[in-house]
Amino acid sequence: MSHHRAERILRPSRGLISLKLGELWRFRELLGLLAWRDILVRYKQTYLGVAWAVLQPVLTMAVFAVVFGRLANLDAWGAPYALLVFAGLLPWQFFANALSESSNSLVASARILSKVYFPRLIIPISSVLSGIVDLVIATAVLLVIMPFYGAPFRPHLLLLPLFFLAAALPAFAAGVWFSALNVKYRDVRYIVPFITRIGIYATPVGFLWQPLIEAKAAESPALAAQFQWLLHINPLVGPIDGFRWCVLGDRFAPWWPGFWMSIGLMLLVLFTGLIYFRQVEKNFADIV
Amino acid sequence: MSTPVISIRGVGKRYQLGDGAAHDTLRDHLSAGFRRLLRREKKERPVSEHWALRDVSFDVNEGEVVGIIGHNGAGKSTLLKILSQISEPTEGEIHVRGRIASLLEVGTGFHPELSGRENIFLNGAILGMTRAETRARFDDIVAFAEVEKFLETPVKRYSSGMYVRLAFAVAAHLDPEILVVDEVLAVGDASFQAKCLSKMGDVAQHGGRTILFVSHNLQALRSLCPRSVLLKNGRLVESGDTASVLNTYLATDSGLQTIHRWPDAELPGNDEIRLLSVRALDEHGNNSGVFSTSNRICVDLEFDCRAVLPTLTLGFDLKTAEGETIFRSYQTDQAPADQPALCLGRQIWRCEIPAGLLNFGTYLVCPRVNRQNHYLIYEGPAAVRFDCVLDHGVSPFWHKLKSRADRAGMISPILRWAEISSPPHG
Repeated sequence: MSHHRAERILRPSRGLISLKLGELWRFRELLGLLAWRDILVRYKQTYLGVAWAVLQPVLTMAVFAVVFGRLANLDAWGAPYALLVFAGLLPWQFFANALSESSNSLVASARILSKVYFPRLIIPISSVLSGIVDLVIATAVLLVIMPFYGAPFRPHLLLLPLFFLAAALPAFAAGVWFSALNVKYRDVRYIVPFITRIGIYATPVGFLWQPLIEAKAAESPALAAQFQWLLHINPLVGPIDGFRWCVLGDRFAPWWPGFWMSIGLMLLVLFTGLIYFRQVEKNFADIV
Repeated sequence: MSTPVISIRGVGKRYQLGDGAAHDTLRDHLSAGFRRLLRREKKERPVSEHWALRDVSFDVNEGEVVGIIGHNGAGKSTLLKILSQISEPTEGEIHVRGRIASLLEVGTGFHPELSGRENIFLNGAILGMTRAETRARFDDIVAFAEVEKFLETPVKRYSSGMYVRLAFAVAAHLDPEILVVDEVLAVGDASFQAKCLSKMGDVAQHGGRTILFVSHNLQALRSLCPRSVLLKNGRLVESGDTASVLNTYLATDSGLQTIHRWPDAELPGNDEIRLLSVRALDEHGNNSGVFSTSNRICVDLEFDCRAVLPTLTLGFDLKTAEGETIFRSYQTDQAPADQPALCLGRQIWRCEIPAGLLNFGTYLVCPRVNRQNHYLIYEGPAAVRFDCVLDHGVSPFWHKLKSRADRAGMISPILRWAEISSPPHG
């Protein structure tokens, strides 16, 4: 009977591109359970639990709306400023949470990883997935407050999941890189909070970038065009515009060439990240 | 003819020590990189490397239970990690036919905030069970762990005994074709340990499961594994019948002196009798210096007798490494009829220290010679020293003992206990 069994060969891995994505599929149940565990633990541990998932974006929205909308009086193209901020915050917070959770995930699970085998990629993926619950709750809040600001429910809202994915891509790509780097280099854990703290201002979360580029274009169109490309290297610009497009109207549509450029760029980052991850994974148990 | 379910071919694992190019922080790494770029330096080479495992090859057939033995640092854990796919071999390859599960620890991935029920599913998945499999065995697991009433309680509120029981229960209900087990049996209270051991025995004997078992517990190895492999310094030293491999294992550790032969010019004694040598060995003739307490230990005194002295008394003090005397023994302690006969010339007398007496630790043999009621001829310092590994326990509680720190006492006999009366009431 033994000759029917699948034979597995354990040997030193060679070549750069043995990503073992099939293994990932084989362990999909574990992936789901780990994400479920993270979610369960997060909501069990905090009294506020779900309330926190609502309060965090709402409070941030209030602060940003006052600072950028009232005090700085930035151009909102006639949209309700709070709604503009909230639509920007959703993908941003999903990204920021996923990044900080996943970059720390491998080191936090060192104990399991040194005792049991499964594709290590499951760990950062599950920590990205567990952030989806927060995102869904925040999106529900968005749908509730939209009528108060007189924003109609457009059919475009059905596209929101696609822009979730667009925001998940950079979160995942960066998560793969940072989680693996974190295993080898201790200072990575200080870099990630820095990125999320600076990033929220460097990314058009609390304001619209389009009016700023338009103002620049009046002086020098060539320079403005360059800025626009540069801006879209930031992988969150596309998803944020996507959210605003769905919620606020066609005028807010993403700049598609930049959108696709940044998706392509992130796929490249993800791919190289996966290769690097595999390199670290091989010796993970030996390093930690 | 059975095909091997695991065949290990020339497996080696190299670790780099004192790697000159390793940096703990990304900043150091990047700045070192730039510096190299500017000065066109060559990349520093690792200082030294260490092979934790080298050129190990053996096969395991279907249904076999194989023990892996070796002293600390022999490469057992490294081999387990490679078999469990936790780390990759540096060279060689392993062919595995069938579903393999490894148990290097119980309770891996248990989360204190989650309930018993939730942890069973989580731990099951981590150990490689599908949700359907866990569900099918759920009731058995709960019954085995005896935690029915606390299923919805977070495990952080469990007593340590309950926690370990639940953890082992999940692991014990794994159903792989090949099971790789590290010393995880030494958990829980005595009765639960007995239950774990018998479950292991069940799985091994009736389950038809292929099992690789790593342990320092010689008794568990002897009872569970017909075959064993011995690793030493990362290499496979011996593979075969557990009893003979264990003998080699006990013989590989030394630094202890089990034979002491005096130089001709320094033979202790007088004109009537001179001691020639002292040696210690176990009942199988093993004189490695590491004895298991389930064997008798023989102390042989070799001497040259020039005159038959009716009152000659030969013996030794057995002392601890700290120099404390545990007991003294002379041949004249016995009834005259049982004493060895003294004759002229060279001869060897043997004293047997019974099995089941000593504890873990180092013991010294200090020979003594005198004329009874007359005078002392020789009172020597330690002539030989040996180590004992306590393995004569019949109590499941003894399986987790690893050193004298775990069980106090210079000796560790099993005494008889009985009830002689009922306690008085009122």
